[in-house]
Amino acid sequence: MRSGPQRLLRRLACAGTLAALVPAALAPATAQNLLPETFEIGLSTERIGITSDFNGARLVIFGALDNADAQILRQQRYDIIVALEGPKRPVVVREKERTLGLWINRGSEDFNAAPSSYALASTRPLGDIAPESTLAQLSIGIDDLRLDAKRQGETAVPNRDIYATAFRRIKKETGLYNQTHGTVEFVSPTLFRADLQLPADLPVGRHVARAFLFRSGVFLRERSDELYVVKTGFENFVYDFATRNSLTYGIFAVLLAIFTGWFGRIVFRRD
Amino acid sequence: MNLYLPIAELSVNVFVLIGMGAAVGFLSGLFGVGGGFLITPLLIFYNIPPAVAVATGANQVIASSFSGALAHYKRGTVDLKLGTMLLIGGAVGSVLGVLLFTLLRRLGQLDLIVSLLYVVFLGTVGGLMLVESVRAMLRASGDGSGEIRKSGHHSWIHRLPLKMRFQRSKLYVSVIPVLGIGLFIGILGAVMGVGGGFIMVPAMIYLLRVPTSVVVGTSLFQIIFTAAVTTVLQAATNTTIDVVLAFLLMIGGVVGAQFGAEAGRKLRGDQLRALLALLVLSVCLRLAFQLVAYPGELFSITLPTGELG
Repeated sequence: MRSGPQRLLRRLACAGTLAALVPAALAPATAQNLLPETFEIGLSTERIGITSDFNGARLVIFGALDNADAQILRQQRYDIIVALEGPKRPVVVREKERTLGLWINRGSEDFNAAPSSYALASTRPLGDIAPESTLAQLSIGIDDLRLDAKRQGETAVPNRDIYATAFRRIKKETGLYNQTHGTVEFVSPTLFRADLQLPADLPVGRHVARAFLFRSGVFLRERSDELYVVKTGFENFVYDFATRNSLTYGIFAVLLAIFTGWFGRIVFRRD
Repeated sequence: MNLYLPIAELSVNVFVLIGMGAAVGFLSGLFGVGGGFLITPLLIFYNIPPAVAVATGANQVIASSFSGALAHYKRGTVDLKLGTMLLIGGAVGSVLGVLLFTLLRRLGQLDLIVSLLYVVFLGTVGGLMLVESVRAMLRASGDGSGEIRKSGHHSWIHRLPLKMRFQRSKLYVSVIPVLGIGLFIGILGAVMGVGGGFIMVPAMIYLLRVPTSVVVGTSLFQIIFTAAVTTVLQAATNTTIDVVLAFLLMIGGVVGAQFGAEAGRKLRGDQLRALLALLVLSVCLRLAFQLVAYPGELFSITLPTGELG
Protein backbone atom coordinates (compact mmCIF):
# COMPACT_ATOMS: atom_id res chain seq x y z
CA MET A 1 0.00 0.00 0.00
CA ARG A 2 2.80 2.43 0.81
CA SER A 3 4.71 1.73 -2.40
CA GLY A 4 2.13 3.60 -4.54
CA PRO A 5 2.71 7.19 -3.42
CA GLN A 6 6.45 6.60 -3.28
CA ARG A 7 6.61 5.49 -6.91
CA LEU A 8 4.56 8.48 -7.92
CA LEU A 9 6.95 10.81 -6.13
CA ARG A 10 9.92 9.25 -7.81
CA ARG A 11 8.33 9.63 -11.20
CA LEU A 12 7.54 13.26 -10.59
CA ALA A 13 11.10 13.92 -9.59
CA CYS A 14 12.32 12.24 -12.76
CA ALA A 15 9.99 14.27 -14.95
CA GLY A 16 11.07 17.44 -13.21
CA THR A 17 14.69 16.74 -14.03
CA LEU A 18 13.85 16.11 -17.67
CA ALA A 19 11.77 19.23 -17.95
CA ALA A 20 14.62 21.23 -16.56
CA LEU A 21 17.16 19.56 -18.84
CA VAL A 22 15.43 19.95 -22.18
CA PRO A 23 15.28 23.76 -22.41
CA ALA A 24 18.84 23.98 -21.14
CA ALA A 25 20.17 21.69 -23.86
CA LEU A 26 18.29 23.37 -26.70
CA ALA A 27 18.61 26.90 -25.37
CA PRO A 28 20.90 28.33 -28.10
CA ALA A 29 18.67 27.22 -30.98
CA THR A 30 15.32 28.19 -29.53
CA ALA A 31 16.17 31.26 -27.57
CA GLN A 32 13.30 33.33 -29.00
CA ASN A 33 10.94 30.39 -29.36
CA LEU A 34 9.67 29.49 -25.92
CA LEU A 35 6.10 29.99 -27.07
CA PRO A 36 4.48 27.49 -29.49
CA GLU A 37 3.78 28.61 -33.07
CA THR A 38 0.35 30.08 -33.63
CA PHE A 39 -1.30 31.19 -36.82
CA GLU A 40 -4.41 32.99 -37.94
CA ILE A 41 -6.14 33.29 -41.30
CA GLY A 42 -8.27 35.96 -42.90
CA LEU A 43 -10.41 35.72 -46.04
CA SER A 44 -10.38 38.42 -48.70
CA THR A 45 -14.18 38.29 -48.62
CA GLU A 46 -16.84 36.80 -46.36
CA ARG A 47 -19.46 36.57 -49.03
CA ILE A 48 -19.31 35.67 -52.71
CA GLY A 49 -22.33 36.87 -54.66
CA ILE A 50 -23.41 34.92 -57.73
CA THR A 51 -24.58 37.45 -60.28
CA SER A 52 -25.99 36.78 -63.74
CA ASP A 53 -22.52 36.98 -65.27
CA PHE A 54 -20.69 34.98 -62.57
CA ASN A 55 -17.87 33.07 -64.19
CA GLY A 56 -15.81 31.70 -61.34
CA ALA A 57 -13.76 33.60 -58.79
CA ARG A 58 -10.34 33.76 -57.21
CA LEU A 59 -10.24 33.68 -53.46
CA VAL A 60 -7.20 34.92 -51.59
CA ILE A 61 -6.71 33.76 -48.03
CA PHE A 62 -4.11 35.59 -45.96
CA GLY A 63 -2.51 34.22 -42.88
CA ALA A 64 -0.01 35.20 -40.21
CA LEU A 65 2.37 32.79 -38.53
CA ASP A 66 3.56 33.89 -35.06
CA ASN A 67 6.39 32.63 -32.89
CA ALA A 68 7.88 30.81 -35.85
CA ASP A 69 11.33 29.38 -35.41
CA ALA A 70 13.60 31.43 -37.65
CA GLN A 71 15.83 28.50 -38.51
CA ILE A 72 12.99 26.17 -39.46
CA LEU A 73 11.48 29.01 -41.44
CA ARG A 74 14.78 29.51 -43.31
CA GLN A 75 14.91 25.82 -44.12
CA GLN A 76 11.35 26.07 -45.39
CA ARG A 77 10.20 23.29 -43.10
CA TYR A 78 6.94 25.00 -42.22
CA ASP A 79 4.15 23.89 -44.52
CA ILE A 80 0.71 25.34 -44.89
CA ILE A 81 -2.35 23.82 -46.54
CA VAL A 82 -5.49 25.88 -47.14
CA ALA A 83 -8.72 24.30 -48.41
CA LEU A 84 -12.18 25.65 -49.07
CA GLU A 85 -14.86 22.99 -48.60
CA GLY A 86 -18.29 23.55 -50.14
CA PRO A 87 -21.55 22.71 -48.37
CA LYS A 88 -21.70 19.03 -47.42
CA ARG A 89 -24.54 17.18 -49.07
CA PRO A 90 -25.75 13.60 -49.14
CA VAL A 91 -25.19 12.11 -52.59
CA VAL A 92 -25.87 8.86 -54.39
CA VAL A 93 -23.30 7.57 -56.87
CA ARG A 94 -24.72 5.14 -59.41
CA GLU A 95 -22.98 2.88 -61.86
CA LYS A 96 -24.37 1.87 -65.24
CA GLU A 97 -24.11 -1.74 -66.29
CA ARG A 98 -24.99 -3.40 -69.52
CA THR A 99 -28.25 -5.30 -69.05
CA LEU A 100 -30.04 -6.96 -71.96
CA GLY A 101 -28.03 -4.78 -74.30
CA LEU A 102 -29.01 -1.54 -72.55
CA TRP A 103 -26.93 0.59 -70.23
CA ILE A 104 -28.91 0.77 -67.01
CA ASN A 105 -28.15 2.21 -63.56
CA ARG A 106 -27.47 -0.81 -61.35
CA GLY A 107 -25.17 -0.55 -58.34
CA SER A 108 -25.13 2.52 -56.14
CA GLU A 109 -23.58 3.82 -52.95
CA ASP A 110 -24.73 6.62 -50.65
CA PHE A 111 -22.35 9.14 -49.12
CA ASN A 112 -23.98 11.16 -46.39
CA ALA A 113 -21.77 14.27 -46.32
CA ALA A 114 -19.76 14.83 -49.48
CA PRO A 115 -18.44 18.39 -49.93
CA SER A 116 -20.11 19.77 -53.04
CA SER A 117 -16.93 21.61 -53.97
CA TYR A 118 -13.31 21.54 -52.80
CA ALA A 119 -10.41 23.83 -53.62
CA LEU A 120 -7.01 23.31 -52.04
CA ALA A 121 -3.77 25.26 -52.11
CA SER A 122 -0.55 24.16 -50.42
CA THR A 123 3.11 25.11 -50.13
CA ARG A 124 4.31 21.77 -51.55
CA PRO A 125 2.78 18.52 -52.91
CA LEU A 126 0.69 16.99 -50.12
CA GLY A 127 2.73 13.79 -50.04
CA ASP A 128 5.86 15.81 -49.19
CA ILE A 129 4.17 17.72 -46.39
CA ALA A 130 2.82 14.93 -44.22
CA PRO A 131 2.42 11.17 -44.26
CA GLU A 132 -0.68 9.63 -45.78
CA SER A 133 -2.12 8.64 -42.40
CA THR A 134 -2.05 12.23 -41.16
CA LEU A 135 -3.75 13.53 -44.30
CA ALA A 136 -6.44 10.87 -43.97
CA GLN A 137 -6.89 11.63 -40.28
CA LEU A 138 -7.42 15.33 -41.03
CA SER A 139 -9.38 14.79 -44.28
CA ILE A 140 -6.96 16.83 -46.39
CA GLY A 141 -6.67 16.59 -50.16
CA ILE A 142 -9.07 15.21 -52.75
CA ASP A 143 -7.86 11.63 -52.33
CA ASP A 144 -8.17 11.70 -48.56
CA LEU A 145 -11.30 13.80 -48.35
CA ARG A 146 -13.95 12.23 -46.16
CA LEU A 147 -17.26 11.78 -47.98
CA ASP A 148 -19.21 10.45 -45.00
CA ALA A 149 -19.77 12.19 -41.70
CA LYS A 150 -17.88 10.26 -39.05
CA ARG A 151 -20.15 7.84 -37.28
CA GLN A 152 -19.64 6.47 -33.78
CA GLY A 153 -16.66 4.13 -33.53
CA GLU A 154 -15.59 4.60 -37.12
CA THR A 155 -11.98 4.75 -38.14
CA ALA A 156 -10.74 7.69 -40.16
CA VAL A 157 -9.90 5.64 -43.24
CA PRO A 158 -11.08 7.47 -46.36
CA ASN A 159 -13.46 5.58 -48.55
CA ARG A 160 -11.65 4.47 -51.70
CA ASP A 161 -14.01 1.95 -53.30
CA ILE A 162 -15.01 2.29 -56.96
CA TYR A 163 -17.92 4.60 -56.20
CA ALA A 164 -15.88 6.99 -54.06
CA THR A 165 -13.08 6.97 -56.63
CA ALA A 166 -15.53 7.67 -59.45
CA PHE A 167 -17.08 10.47 -57.39
CA ARG A 168 -13.68 12.13 -56.90
CA ARG A 169 -12.78 11.69 -60.57
CA ILE A 170 -16.06 13.24 -61.83
CA LYS A 171 -15.74 16.12 -59.39
CA LYS A 172 -12.17 16.74 -60.57
CA GLU A 173 -13.21 16.58 -64.24
CA THR A 174 -15.99 19.12 -63.73
CA GLY A 175 -13.58 21.42 -61.90
CA LEU A 176 -15.57 21.36 -58.68
CA TYR A 177 -12.67 19.65 -56.92
CA ASN A 178 -9.23 21.07 -57.56
CA GLN A 179 -5.94 21.13 -55.71
CA THR A 180 -2.73 22.91 -56.56
CA HIS A 181 0.62 23.11 -54.84
CA GLY A 182 3.06 25.98 -54.66
CA THR A 183 0.02 28.23 -54.34
CA VAL A 184 0.60 29.08 -50.69
CA GLU A 185 3.50 31.53 -50.51
CA PHE A 186 5.27 33.35 -47.71
CA VAL A 187 5.23 37.03 -48.55
CA SER A 188 7.28 37.80 -45.43
CA PRO A 189 8.69 35.57 -42.69
CA THR A 190 5.38 35.76 -40.84
CA LEU A 191 2.82 36.47 -43.53
CA PHE A 192 1.56 34.01 -46.13
CA ARG A 193 -1.08 34.07 -48.82
CA ALA A 194 -3.04 31.26 -50.48
CA ASP A 195 -4.63 31.53 -53.92
CA LEU A 196 -7.73 29.42 -54.52
CA GLN A 197 -9.47 29.14 -57.87
CA LEU A 198 -13.24 28.72 -57.57
CA PRO A 199 -15.29 27.28 -60.47
CA ALA A 200 -18.17 28.99 -62.34
CA ASP A 201 -20.70 26.53 -60.97
CA LEU A 202 -19.67 27.15 -57.36
CA PRO A 203 -22.45 25.75 -55.18
CA VAL A 204 -24.36 28.23 -53.05
CA GLY A 205 -24.35 27.89 -49.27
CA ARG A 206 -21.90 27.86 -46.38
CA HIS A 207 -18.31 27.11 -47.35
CA VAL A 208 -15.62 26.47 -44.76
CA ALA A 209 -12.01 27.52 -45.24
CA ARG A 210 -9.68 25.23 -43.29
CA ALA A 211 -5.98 25.98 -42.89
CA PHE A 212 -3.40 23.56 -41.50
CA LEU A 213 0.09 24.27 -40.20
CA PHE A 214 2.80 21.60 -40.33
CA ARG A 215 6.36 21.70 -39.05
CA SER A 216 8.72 19.14 -40.57
CA GLY A 217 5.87 16.80 -41.38
CA VAL A 218 4.23 17.13 -37.98
CA PHE A 219 0.74 18.59 -37.78
CA LEU A 220 0.68 21.55 -35.39
CA ARG A 221 -2.68 23.23 -35.57
CA GLU A 222 -5.77 24.03 -37.62
CA ARG A 223 -7.72 27.24 -38.16
CA SER A 224 -11.02 27.66 -39.93
CA ASP A 225 -13.23 30.45 -41.14
CA GLU A 226 -16.49 30.50 -43.03
CA LEU A 227 -17.59 32.01 -46.29
CA TYR A 228 -21.08 32.31 -47.74
CA VAL A 229 -21.81 31.91 -51.43
CA VAL A 230 -25.17 33.48 -52.22
CA LYS A 231 -27.23 34.27 -55.27
CA THR A 232 -27.74 37.99 -55.55
CA GLY A 233 -30.15 40.36 -57.23
CA PHE A 234 -32.50 38.95 -59.85
CA GLU A 235 -31.18 35.36 -59.58
CA ASN A 236 -31.81 35.37 -55.87
CA PHE A 237 -35.28 36.81 -56.36
CA VAL A 238 -36.29 34.11 -58.86
CA TYR A 239 -34.81 31.32 -56.76
CA ASP A 240 -36.57 32.54 -53.62
CA PHE A 241 -39.85 32.89 -55.47
CA ALA A 242 -39.54 29.37 -56.93
CA THR A 243 -38.76 27.73 -53.60
CA ARG A 244 -40.97 29.71 -51.21
CA ASN A 245 -44.10 30.27 -53.29
CA SER A 246 -43.74 27.37 -55.66
CA LEU A 247 -47.41 27.22 -56.66
CA THR A 248 -47.65 30.95 -57.43
CA TYR A 249 -44.37 30.66 -59.29
CA GLY A 250 -45.77 27.84 -61.43
CA ILE A 251 -48.89 29.86 -62.27
CA PHE A 252 -46.73 32.86 -63.07
CA ALA A 253 -44.60 30.70 -65.41
CA VAL A 254 -47.77 29.61 -67.25
CA LEU A 255 -49.09 33.18 -67.57
CA LEU A 256 -45.72 34.36 -68.83
CA ALA A 257 -45.79 31.64 -71.49
CA ILE A 258 -49.36 32.54 -72.55
CA PHE A 259 -48.47 36.21 -72.76
CA THR A 260 -45.29 35.50 -74.74
CA GLY A 261 -47.23 33.26 -77.13
CA TRP A 262 -49.91 35.91 -77.67
CA PHE A 263 -47.39 38.70 -78.04
CA GLY A 264 -45.31 36.66 -80.48
CA ARG A 265 -48.40 36.00 -82.56
CA ILE A 266 -49.24 39.74 -82.70
CA VAL A 267 -45.73 40.80 -83.61
CA PHE A 268 -44.66 38.04 -85.96
CA ARG A 269 -47.94 36.91 -87.59
CA ARG A 270 -47.44 35.69 -91.13
CA ASP A 271 -51.04 35.49 -92.35
CA MET B 1 -23.83 36.91 -73.99
CA ASN B 2 -23.88 34.63 -70.98
CA LEU B 3 -26.57 34.46 -68.36
CA TYR B 4 -26.71 32.56 -65.06
CA LEU B 5 -29.87 30.46 -64.74
CA PRO B 6 -31.28 30.68 -61.19
CA ILE B 7 -32.84 27.19 -60.98
CA ALA B 8 -30.61 25.19 -63.35
CA GLU B 9 -27.67 26.90 -61.55
CA LEU B 10 -25.33 27.25 -64.47
CA SER B 11 -24.24 29.86 -66.95
CA VAL B 12 -25.53 29.60 -70.53
CA ASN B 13 -25.30 31.50 -73.81
CA VAL B 14 -28.49 33.50 -74.42
CA PHE B 15 -28.33 33.31 -78.24
CA VAL B 16 -27.87 29.54 -78.33
CA LEU B 17 -31.07 29.13 -76.32
CA ILE B 18 -33.09 31.60 -78.41
CA GLY B 19 -31.88 29.84 -81.57
CA MET B 20 -32.86 26.45 -80.14
CA GLY B 21 -36.30 27.84 -79.31
CA ALA B 22 -36.73 29.27 -82.81
CA ALA B 23 -35.82 26.02 -84.59
CA VAL B 24 -38.15 23.97 -82.43
CA GLY B 25 -40.91 26.61 -82.64
CA PHE B 26 -40.81 26.39 -86.45
CA LEU B 27 -41.38 22.62 -86.37
CA SER B 28 -44.06 23.16 -83.75
CA GLY B 29 -46.09 25.53 -85.93
CA LEU B 30 -45.55 23.28 -88.94
CA PHE B 31 -46.62 19.97 -87.43
CA GLY B 32 -48.83 20.95 -84.51
CA VAL B 33 -46.46 19.34 -82.06
CA GLY B 34 -45.43 21.28 -78.97
CA GLY B 35 -41.80 20.57 -79.71
CA GLY B 36 -41.03 19.34 -76.20
CA PHE B 37 -39.72 16.03 -77.52
CA LEU B 38 -37.06 18.01 -79.38
CA ILE B 39 -36.29 20.73 -76.86
CA THR B 40 -35.79 18.37 -73.88
CA PRO B 41 -32.96 16.33 -75.48
CA LEU B 42 -31.42 19.55 -76.83
CA LEU B 43 -31.36 21.11 -73.35
CA ILE B 44 -29.87 17.98 -71.78
CA PHE B 45 -27.24 18.03 -74.51
CA TYR B 46 -26.52 21.63 -73.48
CA ASN B 47 -25.75 20.46 -69.90
CA ILE B 48 -29.05 21.57 -68.34
CA PRO B 49 -29.89 19.06 -65.55
CA PRO B 50 -32.40 16.54 -67.04
CA ALA B 51 -35.07 17.22 -64.39
CA VAL B 52 -34.98 20.97 -65.12
CA ALA B 53 -34.92 20.33 -68.89
CA VAL B 54 -37.99 18.10 -68.72
CA ALA B 55 -40.03 20.50 -66.59
CA THR B 56 -38.93 23.72 -68.28
CA GLY B 57 -39.62 22.14 -71.68
CA ALA B 58 -43.29 21.90 -70.67
CA ASN B 59 -43.32 25.60 -69.77
CA GLN B 60 -41.80 26.57 -73.12
CA VAL B 61 -44.29 24.40 -74.99
CA ILE B 62 -47.19 26.52 -73.65
CA ALA B 63 -45.90 29.62 -75.41
CA SER B 64 -45.29 28.09 -78.83
CA SER B 65 -48.55 26.08 -78.69
CA PHE B 66 -50.56 29.15 -77.73
CA SER B 67 -49.00 31.17 -80.50
CA GLY B 68 -49.62 28.36 -83.02
CA ALA B 69 -53.15 27.69 -81.77
CA LEU B 70 -54.10 31.36 -82.27
CA ALA B 71 -53.02 31.10 -85.91
CA HIS B 72 -55.10 27.93 -86.37
CA TYR B 73 -58.10 29.32 -84.52
CA LYS B 74 -58.26 32.21 -86.97
CA ARG B 75 -58.38 29.70 -89.84
CA GLY B 76 -61.12 27.73 -88.10
CA THR B 77 -59.04 24.56 -87.81
CA VAL B 78 -59.51 24.03 -84.06
CA ASP B 79 -62.17 21.64 -82.79
CA LEU B 80 -62.82 23.11 -79.35
CA LYS B 81 -65.21 20.35 -78.27
CA LEU B 82 -62.84 17.53 -79.17
CA GLY B 83 -59.96 19.46 -77.63
CA THR B 84 -61.86 19.91 -74.35
CA MET B 85 -62.64 16.19 -74.12
CA LEU B 86 -58.98 15.30 -74.71
CA LEU B 87 -58.12 17.88 -72.10
CA ILE B 88 -60.21 16.35 -69.34
CA GLY B 89 -58.35 13.08 -69.79
CA GLY B 90 -55.05 14.98 -70.11
CA ALA B 91 -55.40 16.87 -66.80
CA VAL B 92 -55.90 13.63 -64.85
CA GLY B 93 -52.97 12.11 -66.72
CA SER B 94 -50.70 15.04 -65.83
CA VAL B 95 -51.30 14.59 -62.10
CA LEU B 96 -50.51 10.88 -62.31
CA GLY B 97 -47.49 11.62 -64.48
CA VAL B 98 -45.90 14.11 -62.07
CA LEU B 99 -46.27 11.60 -59.21
CA LEU B 100 -44.62 8.95 -61.37
CA PHE B 101 -41.85 11.39 -62.33
CA THR B 102 -41.01 12.09 -58.67
CA LEU B 103 -40.96 8.37 -57.87
CA LEU B 104 -38.76 7.40 -60.82
CA ARG B 105 -36.31 10.17 -60.06
CA ARG B 106 -35.90 8.89 -56.52
CA LEU B 107 -35.22 5.39 -57.82
CA GLY B 108 -32.53 6.69 -60.17
CA GLN B 109 -34.25 5.19 -63.20
CA LEU B 110 -35.88 8.35 -64.58
CA ASP B 111 -33.42 8.80 -67.42
CA LEU B 112 -33.78 5.18 -68.47
CA ILE B 113 -37.59 5.19 -68.43
CA VAL B 114 -37.73 8.51 -70.27
CA SER B 115 -35.35 7.24 -72.94
CA LEU B 116 -37.17 3.91 -73.29
CA LEU B 117 -40.56 5.65 -73.57
CA TYR B 118 -39.16 7.94 -76.22
CA VAL B 119 -37.67 5.10 -78.22
CA VAL B 120 -40.77 2.88 -78.05
CA PHE B 121 -43.30 5.60 -78.84
CA LEU B 122 -41.28 7.58 -81.31
CA GLY B 123 -40.30 4.38 -83.11
CA THR B 124 -43.82 2.96 -83.31
CA VAL B 125 -45.54 6.21 -84.18
CA GLY B 126 -42.86 7.35 -86.62
CA GLY B 127 -42.69 3.99 -88.39
CA LEU B 128 -46.47 3.65 -88.80
CA MET B 129 -46.83 7.23 -89.99
CA LEU B 130 -44.05 6.94 -92.50
CA VAL B 131 -45.49 3.79 -94.07
CA GLU B 132 -48.98 5.27 -94.22
CA SER B 133 -47.99 8.66 -95.56
CA VAL B 134 -45.72 7.26 -98.25
CA ARG B 135 -48.60 5.03 -99.40
CA ALA B 136 -50.93 8.02 -99.41
CA MET B 137 -48.43 10.02 -101.43
CA LEU B 138 -48.12 7.23 -103.99
CA ARG B 139 -51.91 7.01 -104.24
CA ALA B 140 -52.36 10.73 -104.52
CA SER B 141 -49.50 11.26 -106.95
CA GLY B 142 -52.02 12.04 -109.70
CA ASP B 143 -54.41 14.25 -107.83
CA GLY B 144 -56.19 14.14 -104.47
CA SER B 145 -56.11 15.84 -101.11
CA GLY B 146 -53.67 13.44 -99.48
CA GLU B 147 -56.28 12.91 -96.79
CA ILE B 148 -56.65 9.56 -95.04
CA ARG B 149 -59.11 7.39 -96.93
CA LYS B 150 -62.28 6.82 -94.92
CA SER B 151 -62.65 3.10 -95.15
CA GLY B 152 -66.16 1.68 -94.94
CA HIS B 153 -64.83 -0.74 -92.36
CA HIS B 154 -65.05 0.68 -88.83
CA SER B 155 -62.46 -0.27 -86.22
CA TRP B 156 -63.41 -1.45 -82.71
CA ILE B 157 -62.95 2.12 -81.48
CA HIS B 158 -65.99 3.18 -83.44
CA ARG B 159 -68.16 0.51 -81.82
CA LEU B 160 -67.76 1.79 -78.24
CA PRO B 161 -70.74 3.35 -76.42
CA LEU B 162 -71.25 7.00 -75.21
CA LYS B 163 -71.02 8.46 -78.69
CA MET B 164 -70.64 12.17 -79.18
CA ARG B 165 -70.74 14.41 -82.25
CA PHE B 166 -67.73 16.61 -83.06
CA GLN B 167 -68.84 18.98 -85.82
CA ARG B 168 -65.56 20.60 -86.83
CA SER B 169 -63.89 17.21 -87.18
CA LYS B 170 -66.90 15.71 -88.99
CA LEU B 171 -66.85 12.95 -86.42
CA TYR B 172 -69.35 10.85 -84.46
CA VAL B 173 -67.41 8.75 -81.98
CA SER B 174 -67.45 7.40 -78.40
CA VAL B 175 -65.85 9.66 -75.74
CA ILE B 176 -64.07 6.67 -74.13
CA PRO B 177 -61.13 6.53 -76.60
CA VAL B 178 -60.98 10.34 -76.63
CA LEU B 179 -60.65 10.54 -72.83
CA GLY B 180 -58.28 7.56 -72.87
CA ILE B 181 -55.94 9.14 -75.38
CA GLY B 182 -55.98 12.36 -73.34
CA LEU B 183 -55.16 10.53 -70.10
CA PHE B 184 -52.37 8.51 -71.62
CA ILE B 185 -50.77 11.55 -73.23
CA GLY B 186 -51.07 13.51 -69.97
CA ILE B 187 -48.99 10.85 -68.18
CA LEU B 188 -46.40 10.71 -70.93
CA GLY B 189 -46.24 14.48 -71.06
CA ALA B 190 -45.40 14.84 -67.39
CA VAL B 191 -42.82 12.05 -67.35
CA MET B 192 -41.16 12.92 -70.64
CA GLY B 193 -41.50 16.70 -70.45
CA VAL B 194 -43.47 16.88 -73.66
CA GLY B 195 -46.92 18.14 -74.55
CA GLY B 196 -47.44 14.80 -76.24
CA GLY B 197 -48.24 16.35 -79.63
CA PHE B 198 -46.11 13.86 -81.51
CA ILE B 199 -48.35 11.07 -80.21
CA MET B 200 -51.55 13.12 -80.11
CA VAL B 201 -51.35 14.05 -83.78
CA PRO B 202 -50.99 10.48 -85.09
CA ALA B 203 -53.55 9.19 -82.54
CA MET B 204 -56.14 11.68 -83.76
CA ILE B 205 -55.35 11.00 -87.40
CA TYR B 206 -55.26 7.22 -87.27
CA LEU B 207 -57.39 6.21 -84.28
CA LEU B 208 -60.11 8.86 -84.38
CA ARG B 209 -59.87 9.66 -88.10
CA VAL B 210 -59.90 13.43 -87.66
CA PRO B 211 -58.95 15.41 -90.82
CA THR B 212 -55.26 16.33 -90.76
CA SER B 213 -55.95 20.07 -91.03
CA VAL B 214 -58.10 20.06 -87.88
CA VAL B 215 -55.72 17.74 -86.03
CA VAL B 216 -52.87 20.23 -85.89
CA GLY B 217 -54.91 23.12 -84.46
CA THR B 218 -56.82 20.94 -82.00
CA SER B 219 -53.66 19.26 -80.82
CA LEU B 220 -52.03 22.64 -80.16
CA PHE B 221 -55.13 23.86 -78.30
CA GLN B 222 -55.08 20.78 -76.08
CA ILE B 223 -51.33 20.89 -75.48
CA ILE B 224 -51.54 24.43 -74.05
CA PHE B 225 -53.59 23.16 -71.14
CA THR B 226 -51.80 19.86 -70.56
CA ALA B 227 -48.46 21.68 -70.54
CA ALA B 228 -49.87 24.35 -68.20
CA VAL B 229 -51.02 21.75 -65.67
CA THR B 230 -47.65 19.99 -65.92
CA THR B 231 -45.78 23.27 -65.42
CA VAL B 232 -47.71 24.22 -62.28
CA LEU B 233 -47.36 20.72 -60.81
CA GLN B 234 -43.64 20.50 -61.59
CA ALA B 235 -43.09 23.92 -60.03
CA ALA B 236 -45.03 23.01 -56.90
CA THR B 237 -43.66 19.50 -56.33
CA ASN B 238 -40.15 19.46 -57.79
CA THR B 239 -39.09 23.14 -58.13
CA THR B 240 -37.65 22.31 -61.53
CA ILE B 241 -39.14 25.12 -63.66
CA ASP B 242 -36.46 27.64 -64.61
CA VAL B 243 -38.48 30.63 -65.75
CA VAL B 244 -35.44 32.45 -67.14
CA LEU B 245 -34.50 29.44 -69.25
CA ALA B 246 -38.13 28.98 -70.35
CA PHE B 247 -38.46 32.64 -71.33
CA LEU B 248 -35.37 32.53 -73.55
CA LEU B 249 -36.72 29.46 -75.34
CA MET B 250 -40.17 31.07 -75.67
CA ILE B 251 -38.83 34.18 -77.39
CA GLY B 252 -37.34 32.01 -80.12
CA GLY B 253 -40.28 29.61 -80.05
CA VAL B 254 -43.09 32.08 -80.76
CA VAL B 255 -41.26 33.59 -83.73
CA GLY B 256 -40.48 30.16 -85.14
CA ALA B 257 -44.07 28.96 -84.67
CA GLN B 258 -45.53 31.70 -86.88
CA PHE B 259 -43.11 30.91 -89.70
CA GLY B 260 -43.82 27.21 -89.22
CA ALA B 261 -47.59 27.66 -89.46
CA GLU B 262 -47.11 29.60 -92.70
CA ALA B 263 -44.87 26.88 -94.15
CA GLY B 264 -47.47 24.29 -93.13
CA ARG B 265 -50.10 25.88 -95.36
CA LYS B 266 -47.95 25.19 -98.42
CA LEU B 267 -47.72 21.45 -97.78
CA ARG B 268 -50.27 18.70 -98.43
CA GLY B 269 -51.50 16.54 -95.53
CA ASP B 270 -49.59 13.44 -96.63
CA GLN B 271 -46.36 15.38 -97.15
CA LEU B 272 -46.75 16.92 -93.70
CA ARG B 273 -47.25 13.49 -92.13
CA ALA B 274 -44.27 12.00 -93.94
CA LEU B 275 -42.00 14.82 -92.79
CA LEU B 276 -43.20 14.53 -89.20
CA ALA B 277 -42.64 10.76 -89.39
CA LEU B 278 -39.04 11.29 -90.51
CA LEU B 279 -38.43 13.79 -87.74
CA VAL B 280 -39.90 11.49 -85.11
CA LEU B 281 -37.86 8.53 -86.38
CA SER B 282 -34.58 10.43 -86.36
CA VAL B 283 -35.04 11.50 -82.73
CA CYS B 284 -35.93 7.89 -81.92
CA LEU B 285 -32.79 6.51 -83.57
CA ARG B 286 -30.55 8.94 -81.76
CA LEU B 287 -32.00 8.01 -78.37
CA ALA B 288 -31.89 4.29 -79.13
CA PHE B 289 -28.24 4.59 -80.07
CA GLN B 290 -27.56 6.34 -76.74
CA LEU B 291 -29.10 3.48 -74.77
CA VAL B 292 -27.11 0.78 -76.53
CA ALA B 293 -23.78 2.52 -77.17
CA TYR B 294 -21.06 2.44 -74.54
CA PRO B 295 -21.54 5.51 -72.35
CA GLY B 296 -18.49 7.71 -71.92
CA GLU B 297 -19.12 7.89 -68.19
CA LEU B 298 -20.47 4.89 -66.30
CA PHE B 299 -20.94 6.71 -63.01
CA SER B 300 -23.38 9.47 -62.16
CA ILE B 301 -23.81 11.60 -59.06
CA THR B 302 -27.20 12.72 -57.77
CA LEU B 303 -28.81 13.89 -54.56
CA PRO B 304 -30.89 11.21 -52.80
CA THR B 305 -34.05 12.72 -54.33
CA GLY B 306 -32.51 12.15 -57.73
CA GLU B 307 -31.66 15.78 -58.46
CA LEU B 308 -28.21 16.46 -59.77
CA GLY B 309 -25.91 17.42 -56.88
